Amino acid sequence: MKRLQQTFDRCRQQKRAALVGYMCAGHPSQQLTLPVLDEMVASGVDIIEIGVPFSDPMADGPVIQRASEQAIDNGMNMQGVLAVAKQFRAVHPDVPVVLMGYLNPLLRFGTQRFIETATASGVDGVLLVDLPVEEGRELRLSLQQAQIAPIMLVAPTTGVTRVAQVVDSAAGFVYFISVKGITGSGRLDVDDVQSRVEQLKDTTGLPVAVGFGVSTPEQAGALAQVADGVVVGSALVAAIDGAGTEVDARAAVRATMKPLADALGKVH
Amino acid sequence: MPYTLPDAEGHFGEFGGIYVAETLIPALRELQECYLQCRNDQNFQAELDADYQDYIGRPSPIYLAQRLTAQVGGANIWLKREDLNHTGAHKINNTVGQALVAKRMGKTRLIAETGAGQHGVASATVAARLGLECVVYMGETDIQRQAINVFRMRLLGAKVVPVTSGSKTLKDALNEALRDWVTNVDNTFYIIGTVAGPHPYPMMVRDFNAVIGREARQQMLERCGKLPDAVVACVGGGSNAIGLFHPFIDDDEVAMYGVEAAGHGLNTDEHAASLVAGRPGVLHGNRTYILDDEAGQIRETHSISAGLDYPGVGPEHAWLKDSGRANYVGIDDDEALAAFHQLTRAEGIMPALESSHAVAYALKLAKQLGPDKDILVNLSGRGDKDVHTVAEIEGIEV
Ligand SMILES: Cc1ncc(COP(=O)(O)O)c(C=O)c1O
Repeated sequence: MKRLQQTFDRCRQQKRAALVGYMCAGHPSQQLTLPVLDEMVASGVDIIEIGVPFSDPMADGPVIQRASEQAIDNGMNMQGVLAVAKQFRAVHPDVPVVLMGYLNPLLRFGTQRFIETATASGVDGVLLVDLPVEEGRELRLSLQQAQIAPIMLVAPTTGVTRVAQVVDSAAGFVYFISVKGITGSGRLDVDDVQSRVEQLKDTTGLPVAVGFGVSTPEQAGALAQVADGVVVGSALVAAIDGAGTEVDARAAVRATMKPLADALGKVH
Repeated sequence: MPYTLPDAEGHFGEFGGIYVAETLIPALRELQECYLQCRNDQNFQAELDADYQDYIGRPSPIYLAQRLTAQVGGANIWLKREDLNHTGAHKINNTVGQALVAKRMGKTRLIAETGAGQHGVASATVAARLGLECVVYMGETDIQRQAINVFRMRLLGAKVVPVTSGSKTLKDALNEALRDWVTNVDNTFYIIGTVAGPHPYPMMVRDFNAVIGREARQQMLERCGKLPDAVVACVGGGSNAIGLFHPFIDDDEVAMYGVEAAGHGLNTDEHAASLVAGRPGVLHGNRTYILDDEAGQIRETHSISAGLDYPGVGPEHAWLKDSGRANYVGIDDDEALAAFHQLTRAEGIMPALESSHAVAYALKLAKQLGPDKDILVNLSGRGDKDVHTVAEIEGIEV
């Protein structure tokens, strides 16, 4: 949790938004997962989101669905994801790691066991797509106690009174979903999102990151004018899909993420 | 104390709830509010009753299956004839109700998921009647298995979208419908076809199907002067079963049996018996019994009947199981197929393969209970849609 705060503080001092990059653990393969994460950092990603693959990712578009299926076929599971996080942490002591996924694999792993292993693996935050503020209060409290931030989603459809409730149960940062739709959707309306994010920042002291449907440096640059963080997922997942070697995978990560980092004004 | 579940947040004890992405929550809240208004509105209920009667053909009769009863030599077997409904199954009870809610909410586009195609047909039917756009999501595998129903939906003006993700069956169609709804939530109403999904769906779909149990309870009292000793229904997502069970929950003397698809056997991985062989987890917006692997990935299921081929089950059944009020059992493919033939030959009533599971268990139960007892079986649908499946399994060219 501390690493998240430090990263957003540092970015604020540098007068820029943080670049948040998402990849799905186990995609395109188990062996390439760590090199992809490593290259994300080298290409300017400030915060790492590791997707925990799930068979029924109902909030994800086709790109992440397919990556998820492939990752499961490759044998990735919660234990594997936490092992990846731990290995990443050993090499990158200061880069925040957020796990993003759905509730059932976590329940099956065991809540207590998850919190202990995630703590030992240096996980900073957890975003459970299908756990809204109505459910999972105890889980969020246990995460907070372990210094793992429960990251909450705010959608374009979330009304004013509800926003207050949602941000109240969040820590680390608030994730604003930039489209009415699923990940990788092509309907991003930057002007509209900018005004929603400004409103959101009036109701919370937490940093606000924006994601879902962000793929180009232009979009990222425009959103960065108001948001504290910009999340890019499907574009990166699509770029590394099919990469067979470490060289290919690293090149694909760099080609996708570096222009985005540049657009946010990251000094390399 | 009378039975009043779910609570205001859609919980049946530890089950149910609202486990979906934030984008959908406001839509679910709006639906919940509107539905609760409808529920307390006499005009809405009058409109619904009129549709039940004039459009669906309700009440559906109960029928004493005398030859079948004699063949078993045990308890009387009564059939609640949902197979006689318009479109051939109980599914229309729900789609007629949800369509009325959609109309009240001013939605212009209906979407639905379907497995066997029965719910897709029932949704396309009400969409045609109201002149609304209709999109039905259906797994690619199911589209191949249920070609006739796909054609029926298209005749009714619906667009059938093949789903190619995951196992390409009902659960994936449900994911895809949820994705559509998240994207088009402003003008779109999602008609879920069973008592699964996030709150308020399990409650709303139950309420629209509870007409089955209300009628049957009254009809049994009129015909036998007493309530049945047991009620039996097949359980896929659980809508026809909860529709039958719900009005009997406070009648302690009525035993309740939900029959799940044991497929190739409960000792294999190829079945769809979430309550009998699964464990609590979270799928499709609610906490319930599910079939998943040790990593928490949802498993592929198998049943001879596409309508029971689902790895989850409505949360109210999870509650009824854990509270001990209802019993859940499995019937395998072979037993269901045998019951399909037996009922067809004994009574001239060809049941859906889904309903055949309930019939198969009722045959066992009738023997156990013995004469002078009464068993009421929900004949949830008719078997016309399944004749190709039966022919194929038995190696017969039609
Ligand atoms: C005739 C019939 N019975 C039962 C079912 C199973 O659904 P549920 O368990 O929701 O009643 C179906 C589903 O397609 C069906 O068509």
